[in-house]
Amino acid sequence: MRYAMAIDTKKCVGCSDCVIACQTENNVPIGYCRDWIVEVTDGTYPQLEMEIRSERCNHCDNSPCVRCCPTGASHIVEGGIVLVTPNECIGCGACIASCPYDARYPHPDGHVDKCTFCVHRVEKGQQPACVGVCPTNCLYFGDLDDPKSEVSEILKTRKYKTLIPQAGTEPQLYFLI
Amino acid sequence: MREEIITSGRMNPKIDPYLNIWHWEIPIYLFLGGLAAGILFFAAFYTINGKEKDFPTAIEKTPLIVPFLLVIGLISLFLDLHHKLYFWRLYTTIRLESPMSWGAWVLMIVTPLSFIWAAIHLKKVFPSFKWPFPWLDIIEEFFIKYKKVIAWAMIISSLILGMYTGILLSAFNARPLWNTSILGPLFLVSGLSTGAAMNILFAKTHLEKKTFSTIDLALIGVELFLIVHLFMGLLASTQVQIDAASLFLGGSYTAAFWVLVVLMGMVIPAILEILELWKFKIPLFVPALLVIFGGILLRFIITFAGQTSRWLY
Amino acid sequence: MANRRQFLKLSTIGIGGMTVGLGACKYIDDFTEIKNNPDELTINLTRTPTYCEVCFWKCAGWVYKTKDGHIWKIIGNDEDQHSNGRFCPRGTGGVGMYYDEDRLKTPLIRTGKRGEFKFREASWDEALDLVAENMKKISAEHGAECIALLTHGSGGKFFGDTLKAFGSTNIAAPSYAQCRGPREVAFTNTFGEGIGSPERTDIRDTKCLVLIGSHLGENMHNGQVQEMSAAIDKGATIITVDPRFSVAAGKSKYWLPIKPATDLALLLAWIHVIIYEEWYDKRYVEKYTFGFDYLKEHVRTMTPEWAYGKTTIQPDIIRKTAKEMANASPAVIIHPGRHVTWYGDDTQRLRAVAILNALLGSWGRRGGFYAPSKLSVPSYPHPEFPKPARTWRDAFPGKYNLADETLASGVCDATIPSIDRSCNFKMWIVNGTNLINTLPDTAKTLEAIDALDFIVVVDTMPMEIVSYADVVLPECTYLERYDAIRVSPHRKPAIALRMPAVEPKYNTKPAWWIAKQLAEKLGLGHFVPYDNIEEMLNWQLKEVGSSLEEMQKIGVKTYEREWDDLYFTENEDVEFFTNTGKIELYSSSFVEQGFDAMPNYTEHPQPPEGFYRLNYGRAPMHTFSRTANNANLTDLMEENVLWVNPKVASLWNLENAQPVWLINQDGIVSSFPIKVRITERIRWDSVYMVHGFGHAQKQLTRCYGKGASDTQLISNVMEDPIMGGTGMRGNFVSFLTEKPEEAIL
Repeated sequence: MRYAMAIDTKKCVGCSDCVIACQTENNVPIGYCRDWIVEVTDGTYPQLEMEIRSERCNHCDNSPCVRCCPTGASHIVEGGIVLVTPNECIGCGACIASCPYDARYPHPDGHVDKCTFCVHRVEKGQQPACVGVCPTNCLYFGDLDDPKSEVSEILKTRKYKTLIPQAGTEPQLYFLI
Repeated sequence: MREEIITSGRMNPKIDPYLNIWHWEIPIYLFLGGLAAGILFFAAFYTINGKEKDFPTAIEKTPLIVPFLLVIGLISLFLDLHHKLYFWRLYTTIRLESPMSWGAWVLMIVTPLSFIWAAIHLKKVFPSFKWPFPWLDIIEEFFIKYKKVIAWAMIISSLILGMYTGILLSAFNARPLWNTSILGPLFLVSGLSTGAAMNILFAKTHLEKKTFSTIDLALIGVELFLIVHLFMGLLASTQVQIDAASLFLGGSYTAAFWVLVVLMGMVIPAILEILELWKFKIPLFVPALLVIFGGILLRFIITFAGQTSRWLY
Repeated sequence: MANRRQFLKLSTIGIGGMTVGLGACKYIDDFTEIKNNPDELTINLTRTPTYCEVCFWKCAGWVYKTKDGHIWKIIGNDEDQHSNGRFCPRGTGGVGMYYDEDRLKTPLIRTGKRGEFKFREASWDEALDLVAENMKKISAEHGAECIALLTHGSGGKFFGDTLKAFGSTNIAAPSYAQCRGPREVAFTNTFGEGIGSPERTDIRDTKCLVLIGSHLGENMHNGQVQEMSAAIDKGATIITVDPRFSVAAGKSKYWLPIKPATDLALLLAWIHVIIYEEWYDKRYVEKYTFGFDYLKEHVRTMTPEWAYGKTTIQPDIIRKTAKEMANASPAVIIHPGRHVTWYGDDTQRLRAVAILNALLGSWGRRGGFYAPSKLSVPSYPHPEFPKPARTWRDAFPGKYNLADETLASGVCDATIPSIDRSCNFKMWIVNGTNLINTLPDTAKTLEAIDALDFIVVVDTMPMEIVSYADVVLPECTYLERYDAIRVSPHRKPAIALRMPAVEPKYNTKPAWWIAKQLAEKLGLGHFVPYDNIEEMLNWQLKEVGSSLEEMQKIGVKTYEREWDDLYFTENEDVEFFTNTGKIELYSSSFVEQGFDAMPNYTEHPQPPEGFYRLNYGRAPMHTFSRTANNANLTDLMEENVLWVNPKVASLWNLENAQPVWLINQDGIVSSFPIKVRITERIRWDSVYMVHGFGHAQKQLTRCYGKGASDTQLISNVMEDPIMGGTGMRGNFVSFLTEKPEEAIL
């Protein structure tokens, strides 16, 4: 099993619903977030192009954060989801520095926090909160090992990219372009 | 023009607009680790070579400060932790891929060694010193008997410690400035250099002063070579490494690095040491202090600049 | 969590001996179990239905609570056509309204001057007695019609009924004359029906969506954004006309970066091309429309070349985009927009939009405009409301006859004493609308407030308008109350229930309770003959085959359409509710009222040297100023910024994030500075900011002084003579890089 997410940048309007849905679902304290919106505009008026991306932890196959964690608090579970066990985390910040996507942050309680792909929902067969709420339906989540999953299907038909593949992290967020 | 912004209000000062997770604690920790490694290395080196008579400062006196250095370093590291009550988690596992874990465990070895080393030399430095309990004398005697063994353990672990202070940073692929294997040797050499400088400061005899001054000169030469190499490597690499190098080549850290670290912390002390070798009267504590000062700044600047270097999306 | 995984993760064997105190660790491990595990929160959850009050879209959803009774999250109701189970960020963040510690907490009676925010706390009885006393007094001296209700939100229904029972029908919402009014009038006078809310646009199935200054995606009208996304999935062509590179423009096949204030020229040129290239739906036009020949003659000279000189849009682009629309016809939508009060000729501009849709045959067709259906839910039986002697229209003899709702700005005008009028408004009841930041020309609003004998404000938050109130009545948030059943038009008729998820915080009360108490104090209790709202709702729900109990379980009930279809059937004979019974390309009622039967282009002023047109809009995470203090939403966006083209920025030496004050053409300076955002996404002759910021009310601790208020800078209002809309896009601003003396900070 290999969970992954595809984000359709052609549909995303950057409304940030994924961000706030995650915050309420996971009790992320105000002032912090596990996912965020990046807006990139290229060109000169009026020759312009825009890409909007809903970003979060890439749940990398080759995760530098898990490698550099001195206590094993950062670990990988079934489906390739990268998690942090709060009461094993010492808050040294190494994993935060190791992440080329800046997807981790120190939780005010001290431990490091990040996107969990809403593993508590996924385990019950639900979608992550961000995917479930997205008004533009631009997020697709599922098992890449299952060729019939929504995410596998969309990746078969659409062009996509990953972020900083040259960092060698083998990220599992696929941005449809 | 390209405009790339986060529009969902993410403004977490620890990661935005660039990484800002490590402040003074980590560079101090890295500096003290390197300095301790340098001092212990020389103490062990001359012990193994049987030069106890010639190098009393390096073997007996200077190592007395190492336990303090390491304790302060560990306190710094502890202060850096955000989840302090869980620090003991470091010692419930060994993670070979994690430099932090390496560091924790190396310190776990080096720190007791440094305490033992200091303890068995206390009486030499302070002749009037007496252990309060007789059984401590027995233990001391036991360690003195195996001093060479301890020295061997110390020389190996100090080299690992010195190297580790650089590797801690260089293991981060995400920060292109750090992600160069030069950083390990550079920090090791810098650590040895500051260790030598510390010995110069404490040395009483001309032999010790001259020897460490010469050693320091050689180490500064190696450091300068490594720094040139560092930039050659970065500039010959991809755009992100070039961007990282440009932090020091016209970027915001240029003056601090070249003036304070390279000029004040390396070139000027080297010149002074050369002049001293040429029989000019130079008070050697000047280059020694400059080297130590440069060593501290090197850690600070590399730690801070590295946090601002990042991958391009 | 720890027991799910191997406790120790030794990478190598044999070093195990070095690890210390395993037993102790395990003990501490259990002892220090971290509590924010979402798994735990899902135990013993209760959920209650609601419909959202953060904006007017009113999506239905569920409020989830934790086992200790705290509101945890709000999730869309899958059955709901407005949200399809997906709330927008504001709805998801609606919980912040409930938790806001700046909320109005208890009834207040003014002790200082109006505007000072000096109050004493009062009991509900005392506050309502004072309101009733003043209402009676004003009624005796001037007539009950001199009381107006200005409202935006669900509570308006209850206050409106009390006011009607008292003898006044002057109930206005700024959402009409300050927002969507022109389009309703334009479409009603073309197709015989308005657009309504939610819009009847069949975006889901359209092949071509044309947005004119409408920034769907940034204005998060949930259902429409969802449908636009679905249309993108299906490969629909989007054409966006906007001087700003909006998010929608970024999704468009064609973005037409039009010179501001010239949209009507473009629309007329499109009409010209579609008629003269014979790309219009001939059978449809022949069968259903009136006045085609007049129109054809009218637009004869309005060629793309003519429009190019005005709009700066290349003629071939105008033709190409017209062809795109024609190719998609009838599954094409020239979107009427929502906030359309721009330049004072807005009704005529929207007429052009309506005409274009008519020519392409999209009205009543799949992928165009569908016929919405609304359930008829009877009111709880009550005596007939008295007929008022006068209405707001009497204050404007001969004017605004085509306006089909009360003008909030008209009420404001008719409050200021004038020799032309025999009487003016003496009392306002303001419910859920912050008129200071809603009505343009703040100075006039304040003059009107100054002239009032009495003003009551019902709100949840200490908005600017609250500080002018004589009596403040703190309403509880939508999460703490019942409201009227949501009955809104959609593809299928449906109803939705809002019920309290939690008890009202502080000493706040639901609107229905406040309005009922007030009615009773006015001796009008027989108009609200139910004991509590549950009784009323249950009666109404039983009338439509449901019950309160059922609705509490399901939240939303969808019915089948009873008589008509979503779209016209092939060759169906349709009677339109216009004078001619046809779609009026030539408007007979406009002629009757002395207006142009067909739209004509008029030049609007362009910014003078050193000034830039002030454009304003929406952000998806805020609803005007209503959400500006919501902690969950300020977390996403805490202030507005001023979009400035890089060319302009370099001319003025502006840097990103530099705070600037704005001064408008009338010398009005923004109270607060706004940070510059240098971006190519804005034309060099305009600046742009999101509406709803720059709050000057200190009691709004989170948003006080954050960003600038566009409303404050809108002092030039271009009135639409047809229906009284307040055109607000003819204001020009310049930058002040130094703090001016007048500023509040």
